[in-house]
Amino acid sequence: MRRISLTFLPLLVLAAGVVVGARASTAGTTLNLVAYSTPKDAYAKIIPAFQGTAAGKNVSFNQSYGASGDQARAVGAGLSADIVALSLEPDVSTLVKKGIVPSNWKQNKYRGIVTDSVVVFVVRDGNPKNIHTWADLTKKGVQVITPNPFTSGGARWNVMAAYGAERAQGKTDKQAIAYLKSLFKNVSVLPKSAREATQVFASGKGDVLLTYENEAIYANKKGVHTEYVLPKQTILIENPVALTKSGLKHPEAKGFLKFLWSSKAQKLFGDTGYRPVLKSVANSPKYHYKQPKTLFTINSKALGLRGWKSVQYRFFDHSSGIMVKVIGQ
Amino acid sequence: MASSAAVSVRAPGAVFGRAGGALARGIAVCYLSLIVLVPLAALIWSSRSQGVQSFWDEVTKPEALAALKLTLGAALLVAAFNAVTGTAIAWVLVRDSFRGKGFFNAVIDLPFALPTIVAGLVLLELYGPNSPFGVDLAFQRAGLVLALLFVTLPFVVRAVQPVLLELDQEMEEAAESLGAGRIAVFRRIVFPNLLPAILSGVALAFARAVGEFGSVVLISGNIPFKTEVSSVYIAGQVESDNPAGAAAVSVVLLLISLGVLLLIGAFRHWRTQHDR
Amino acid sequence: MIGRYALRFGALGYLAFLLLIPVGLIFYRTFEHGFQPAWDAVTNSQALHALWLTLIIAAIAVPANTLFGVVLAIALVRHRFPGRGLVNAVVDLPLALSPVVVGFSLYLLYGTGGWLGGLSEHGIKILFAVPGMTLATIFVSLPFVVREVVPVLREIGTDQEQAAETLGAAPFTTFRRITLPAIRWAVCYGVVLTTARVIGEFGAVSIVSGRIEGKTETLPLYVQSQFEGFNTTGAFAASVVLALIALTTVLAMRIFRPKEGVA
Repeated sequence: MRRISLTFLPLLVLAAGVVVGARASTAGTTLNLVAYSTPKDAYAKIIPAFQGTAAGKNVSFNQSYGASGDQARAVGAGLSADIVALSLEPDVSTLVKKGIVPSNWKQNKYRGIVTDSVVVFVVRDGNPKNIHTWADLTKKGVQVITPNPFTSGGARWNVMAAYGAERAQGKTDKQAIAYLKSLFKNVSVLPKSAREATQVFASGKGDVLLTYENEAIYANKKGVHTEYVLPKQTILIENPVALTKSGLKHPEAKGFLKFLWSSKAQKLFGDTGYRPVLKSVANSPKYHYKQPKTLFTINSKALGLRGWKSVQYRFFDHSSGIMVKVIGQ
Repeated sequence: MASSAAVSVRAPGAVFGRAGGALARGIAVCYLSLIVLVPLAALIWSSRSQGVQSFWDEVTKPEALAALKLTLGAALLVAAFNAVTGTAIAWVLVRDSFRGKGFFNAVIDLPFALPTIVAGLVLLELYGPNSPFGVDLAFQRAGLVLALLFVTLPFVVRAVQPVLLELDQEMEEAAESLGAGRIAVFRRIVFPNLLPAILSGVALAFARAVGEFGSVVLISGNIPFKTEVSSVYIAGQVESDNPAGAAAVSVVLLLISLGVLLLIGAFRHWRTQHDR
Repeated sequence: MIGRYALRFGALGYLAFLLLIPVGLIFYRTFEHGFQPAWDAVTNSQALHALWLTLIIAAIAVPANTLFGVVLAIALVRHRFPGRGLVNAVVDLPLALSPVVVGFSLYLLYGTGGWLGGLSEHGIKILFAVPGMTLATIFVSLPFVVREVVPVLREIGTDQEQAAETLGAAPFTTFRRITLPAIRWAVCYGVVLTTARVIGEFGAVSIVSGRIEGKTETLPLYVQSQFEGFNTTGAFAASVVLALIALTTVLAMRIFRPKEGVA
């Protein structure tokens, strides 16, 4: 008797697995969300909230998270996507170029931007190496962790924050680029995504991690013994979200996008460390974050930042970009 | 083993059976082509699509060259190390006897059966920043070498064991009774017989080390010019949307793999000649 | 005398440090915080799906490689046909080739713009879906059954088969009654090796998977995503499952080849 039941046990486990797996095919629409690495926890709350509304009834989601550039590349190679939520605009632009995202994706009140954040320094509890300014990052013996700018969106924000901060302190273009070179001399590891960089820092490597403010808050929530420093000069991170041409075919996708700018979703973004873009939520005391002394954007012409199109090519082109030389030294 | 040309009597069903056999072989070769040849053809085609100059440029990019140098160097180091340790372990398992030998013999195969990402995870935990031993080999070449040693463990051991088992110990005993020291006996009698097997195992270990990805990707830190191996470089090129770079270095790795296979075939041929 | 003990403890010590302690650590770290958290970590829906997907891919890849492995082995040993040398080399190639190269070549073939990229426009999703992952897994685990059967076929020779044919047996009957029983243990061993390789596959599938949670995540990929998401308990719990499967495989290898490696 026991032998018979023992042979059935693995079959039962397999059957249970099949049932669980098959469960995924329910009635209703399935939307494909492809996102960069850090908003996973935000969407873990936002998607159920959306499914609780009338527009989101019977809508299920396939979700994929990874480095922003990598995810854009995957969608370009055929990864199904109805909604793309990436770290920065150029990654959406590559999809426009490939004909996957319509060119009018940012024609709404928020220019397609769904969340904001800023670049911060994450340090060990108590800030033992006393890191407060951008100049501190280039001091001897300071190990900096930042992701690889050619795969990670967060890394590109980090680089432009560093460059812009130098320009904001009065340095010339040449001097700012020289700063980048000395900064990357202190970079000891180049993980491929922002989330992976947090992982590396949490495992004990490095003295300071350059990352999104929302990621710094996430690390603390997860019990990592760190604190973060808001530098005097930093860049405003703006994360875009867009419907793909296949997403446009589903009214539920449009509904989901609209929901992302609702006060409920923006509050949930705020709860997970993002700076909301909806003014009413951003100005409420709970979600009102500290403002850095000098906050610039990728469009701050006075600082030599002329928008992502020119910056992406000048700094991050695979063959001729400035960062190729900076990392290659 | 006589291979006689048999007189084949054609039974009625035999003609269809023969055709069926040919069909089965045809399908099998198609299967092989679809699974292996067509994708590799697509790879080679892609690497040539931008021209030879572009291929060469991608392969000679400083980061790609650094990765290749590191890959080959680490693989050679690990293969050479395995030649010694693998032979030693095989010797202990075949010639020595102690309680639990069967257990140790069985676990040799673990690196083959365990997923590489799991191996990488535990090596990181054990020898990385959270190490209970107080060492920190993560994000350094030492960590890379450690991961490679783990995954290449079985190859030389399993290649040498059968040869050691088959080895007739009479010659060794005779030499020893004539006064030869144990090391001399090993060097002059045993080792030459083991050499082809050791080299086959080394070649397989080398090939495995060159291509290793899952165990390396966590502990080595993948730092360009320092701890980035070619497999990680290729993955990085794919992720940063530079398929030309990925294709070029992939073709280089493919050629290395083919070269190693040729070498292994040569060692096998040498061994069968040696046996006569 | 001392030499023998030194060698023994050196070799076994090396094995302990490189192999046994790390594998033991998997179990320790998993149950460090108790049994319940570990159990919860592997019974949530994402983990169960990952396990299910791993098993489904194995259920397709292993029989496919076994069937074609036997046919290919017979073709290589018993028949002369043009391109036999090439087939021989190609069969061995997955053993020496980096899994990243394997994954990438499939990505080139089935991705948008690839030779077979048009399939996805007709609704046949290969890349970033289970079929692509299965193809990658079949590629990397192709050689094992073939390589185990070929030497056995060579050794047993054609005498019995030819005798059967002379007596009027159809080729398939000869295969079923004479060849198959002779190679069955080699096939079993090859199946065990193939299964181990299939379940443990990581590098190639990670390139073609697309990381769709609950859809294209095998258990090894789940380990990685848990580790990256700070769920070390989840990562280790899934690792325990994989380690147990690996240990079962190693045991099976000893069952089918008890004499291997020891006198």
